[in-house]
Amino acid sequence: MNSISALIVDDSSVMRKIIERLLRQAGLELEHVYEAGNGVEALGVLKESKVDLILCDINMPVMNGLEFIKQLPEVENGKGVPVVMITTEGSESHVVQALSCGAKGYIRKPFTPEQVKENVLTLLAGKT
Amino acid sequence: MKSANELLASRNNHQSWIPLMELATKEVFELMLGAELQPVVDDSNSANSAFDITAMVGLAGQLCGVLTIRCSRETAARMASKMLGTQPAADSQDVKDAFGEVGNMIAGNFKNKISGLGDACMLSVPTVITGTDYSVHSLADSDGVELRQLFEGSPFLITLEIHS
Repeated sequence: MNSISALIVDDSSVMRKIIERLLRQAGLELEHVYEAGNGVEALGVLKESKVDLILCDINMPVMNGLEFIKQLPEVENGKGVPVVMITTEGSESHVVQALSCGAKGYIRKPFTPEQVKENVLTLLAGKT
Repeated sequence: MKSANELLASRNNHQSWIPLMELATKEVFELMLGAELQPVVDDSNSANSAFDITAMVGLAGQLCGVLTIRCSRETAARMASKMLGTQPAADSQDVKDAFGEVGNMIAGNFKNKISGLGDACMLSVPTVITGTDYSVHSLADSDGVELRQLFEGSPFLITLEIHS
């Protein structure tokens, strides 16, 4: 698999670091890893940079993850980028809401490294 | 899985909530920290410990309350180290952030184990307090749930205070 750029959106810097580590453990070659603490910051990143994959929390201050993925198609670099939600919100309605907003994957916290690997690799395989 | 109605109907018997809280906590530590928890056998150990870091997560909706997790900063630093795979300084932002995230995941995992509560209960972002010289004046109006566990031999305390 070619190297990719990823955007990790979570208000917890520790969670962003954990997700980055798991992406590397999954065997992904990461050219760039961009980080954002909320949806507004993430949209700002995408105004400047192209990414191949977005991993996004739901509960965040300023702009939550669901609002962010609704606005994603309005940003040039956001169109068609696969999004995996990684969140403590585990109800079916949250999953349905996220998928209907455009998310392609959904991982509930707490999660295993295998769940992250499987979700991300499946998504990226489907993209190529 | 218990339903939200069953759970809320048992408000006067919160002891029945403890196994759910215990399972939610155990899963967070096993999956995110790779650590197995032990029950506290001798309660005097945890009662006398200096719990000088606290993370609080608010719950609002069908179940209202505050989940609090407390331990020593040294213990919290070891938890952060397990999560990150590095060794952050005990007073670093990473330790506070990781500890808040542990509280957040326990609260989320607990409510996700109660059928129907996932949508009907929202979580706040975590707040982390360091030090011991503070008082919390909660609006809780019933007995809460308290769970004491050992992480690598060090005690920590989880409480869920409930508002009706």
